[in-house]
Amino acid sequence: MEFLINWLSNVPQSAVPFALAALGLIVCERSGVLNLGAEGYLLVGANAGAGAMLTTGSPMFAFVLAALAGGALSLLFALLVINLRMNQVISGLTIVFFAQGLTSLIAARNGWTSRSFSGLDQLDFGLLTDIPVLGPILFNQDAIVYLTVALFAGAVFVFKRTEIGLQIRAVGENPAAADSTGVSVSLYRYLAVVSGAMLIGLAGGYLSVGVSKIWVDDMAGGRGWIAIALMIFARWQFWPALAGAVLFGCIEALIPRVAAVGLQVPQYFVLMLPYVATLCAMVWVSLDRTRHSGVPAALGEPYVREERR
Amino acid sequence: MTSLSTTAAPISEQASCAATGLAALAPRALQLTNIVKSFGDYVALDDVSFDLRRGEVHALLGENGAGKSTLMNVVAGLYTSDSGTVALNGSPVIIDNPSVAHRLGIGMVHQHYRLVDTFTALENIQLENGHGNYRRSMAKLRDRTTEIAERIGFGIDLDRPVGEMSISEQQRVEILKILTADARIIILDEPTAVLTDAEADRLFTAMAGLAAEGNSVVFVTHKLREALTYADRITVMRAGKMVRTVAPNDIDTTQLTSMIVGETIVERRYPSSNIGDPKIVLKGVSQAGGGDDAPISDVNFTVREGEIYGIAGVGGNGQSRLAALLTGLMRHDQGRILLAGHGALDGETPLALRELGFACIHSDRAHYGLANDLTIMENFSVSAVLAGDFGSPFKIDKRRMRASTQEAVKAFDVRGVRALHQKAGLLSGGNAQKLVLAREFSRAPSIVIAHSPCRGLDVRAAAAVHEHLHDARDRGGTVILISEDLDEILLMSDRIGVMSRGAIVAEFDAPADRNAIGKAMTGHA
Repeated sequence: MEFLINWLSNVPQSAVPFALAALGLIVCERSGVLNLGAEGYLLVGANAGAGAMLTTGSPMFAFVLAALAGGALSLLFALLVINLRMNQVISGLTIVFFAQGLTSLIAARNGWTSRSFSGLDQLDFGLLTDIPVLGPILFNQDAIVYLTVALFAGAVFVFKRTEIGLQIRAVGENPAAADSTGVSVSLYRYLAVVSGAMLIGLAGGYLSVGVSKIWVDDMAGGRGWIAIALMIFARWQFWPALAGAVLFGCIEALIPRVAAVGLQVPQYFVLMLPYVATLCAMVWVSLDRTRHSGVPAALGEPYVREERR
Repeated sequence: MTSLSTTAAPISEQASCAATGLAALAPRALQLTNIVKSFGDYVALDDVSFDLRRGEVHALLGENGAGKSTLMNVVAGLYTSDSGTVALNGSPVIIDNPSVAHRLGIGMVHQHYRLVDTFTALENIQLENGHGNYRRSMAKLRDRTTEIAERIGFGIDLDRPVGEMSISEQQRVEILKILTADARIIILDEPTAVLTDAEADRLFTAMAGLAAEGNSVVFVTHKLREALTYADRITVMRAGKMVRTVAPNDIDTTQLTSMIVGETIVERRYPSSNIGDPKIVLKGVSQAGGGDDAPISDVNFTVREGEIYGIAGVGGNGQSRLAALLTGLMRHDQGRILLAGHGALDGETPLALRELGFACIHSDRAHYGLANDLTIMENFSVSAVLAGDFGSPFKIDKRRMRASTQEAVKAFDVRGVRALHQKAGLLSGGNAQKLVLAREFSRAPSIVIAHSPCRGLDVRAAAAVHEHLHDARDRGGTVILISEDLDEILLMSDRIGVMSRGAIVAEFDAPADRNAIGKAMTGHA
């Protein structure tokens, strides 16, 4: 029981980076822009967050900066794929490798690497927090955990209930249709790409500021790729993506605890688990042919207004 | 420009008044003057002027590639004209963006609908009409759309995803989309291309209703009957130029045809004078698995050299499957296909058939006929390259390739070719088919398999296709023409087989009796 509570109360913290990254990816891809750069946005977010903590010590400032860093990097990506209509797969991969190099460089230059800093405090809801079992799991988390849930609700509201959401979805499903009704395809794609990348940047900031409280090179550790799988697994829907993130959070929170309880499992096997789960999820999704995969119809296609066709 | 339009106006006014009566007296809703639009070196619109009156249904008539859709796209703001003026209700406007057209009350329904399949009808309509509070505007829009739909007699479920709707329902959504956006000028690009006659009739009844309310409707078409039946005035375009605006009562089909094509085209039967030995013999051929078409069983027929064998029948009776067998896309289960001088065919690949002298014109041009994203030169040369005509596979002689493509494009009169490295998908239907013909006939085939070669083509392009089929036959070739168009079969064939439920149920020697064939097609004689 003790083990269970300890494990589950750590799940939200592990789930947040997956959740926010998947959220950002969905926001971006619903506009029809294929985003393989998640790992890169995570890294710049984490880097900016760690830098802000080491120089100012303000978590609030660190998160804002992390989101802005993600957004700034995505401007480059948006320029490549929206204005210059470059291949979205290659541009996305470029962003990842660029971010890996850039963040390592910045960290080395400023001597941030492997310097720990104070992180984020858990919120205390008084009586609620004191509820046995549920208290520590649900009501003793840091602010970003609750913010994540709020951001999901906000995204669902925007996409389902507002005009901007309708227009972003239209741009992702049939840009020609959107264009002929006077919706600016480029504008909405920029909007989706940048706000999506800011969310992923925030996820990265949480990785360094909220979880590890330290910067190490390449610390995103493949979470960006898992988030992409998560998005596909969730068929580009928000709530299923959050559920999937919690599932991955469970697995990740389990990893350090398996050894702690003295189970004899090879370390690398445990570390491999999230990726095995990713593979299984992908296979499961592709086996289920009866449901629509949910992929936005225009995903990955640059939009050019048709001249003679 | 202003002085030009004022001096030009009285002349056209007189001319059209005399010709068209009432419609011409109504005020001008839209006036295009001296519009020029070119794509690279290709002039799509050459000094075109056009006027649209309030309260009329106006047909814009012409062949494929005459510039009708281009002209309307200029009005809808998708293309910007190089020069010329657009005036709306008498005042000049600049429409350089679809949203401007939208704001000015110009709505266009494109030939390929611009709908988001996963959205409901109402969401699609909202996309065109968005402003302000989403929920409130959604509710208001629902009322408004329902009211308009009832007024013009469009029954439609606003909460169904349009992807699940029939084509004619989707078209209604498109029309409701522009009407709810307060369009006063309604442009329909080839609205009946995918409708049945009854659906088309209902559509035009609704459009006449809209016109009676003081709106203006333009529809783009290449069907004479439609223009003559449903339009108050008809404007004819040819090769990017405006020919004339007439009233349907003042003109007959022949005159109209000659205005459209620039000359009178009357195709005549032209029977073979030199029928030779049997070339291809099908004996008890059956095939069932795969594909959507009806299975075929026990198909027997013989086609001789110098002969066009027409296969008539209602679509879906096994013609596509037969075509697939004859072109090597499928392999027969039972029976024999004998080819003179070769023996039995047994699942030869399309490439092997090509080497045996086969040429194939598939009905699905966009899928099997051409690679739309490859250039015209590549599409033309692809089979010749394999045959080694342009040097070895490791070193292709581009110059020779270019020269022979150039020659073929000229010989087969493929128009709209701005450059040989332009994508084949940019050609209009008729010209794309001519490119297919140019490629298939460049090697003087001994057997031609043509499946609905004129589907979607205009009169002139169809006549060109027919001429090439006749040529192939006159050179001693064997032609199998599969077509659902009975007029085409009667015109072209030396002998006719009727296909029904997967078998050839009757054969006729030309000239055959149309009614007898019709009976065999439906009656399973």
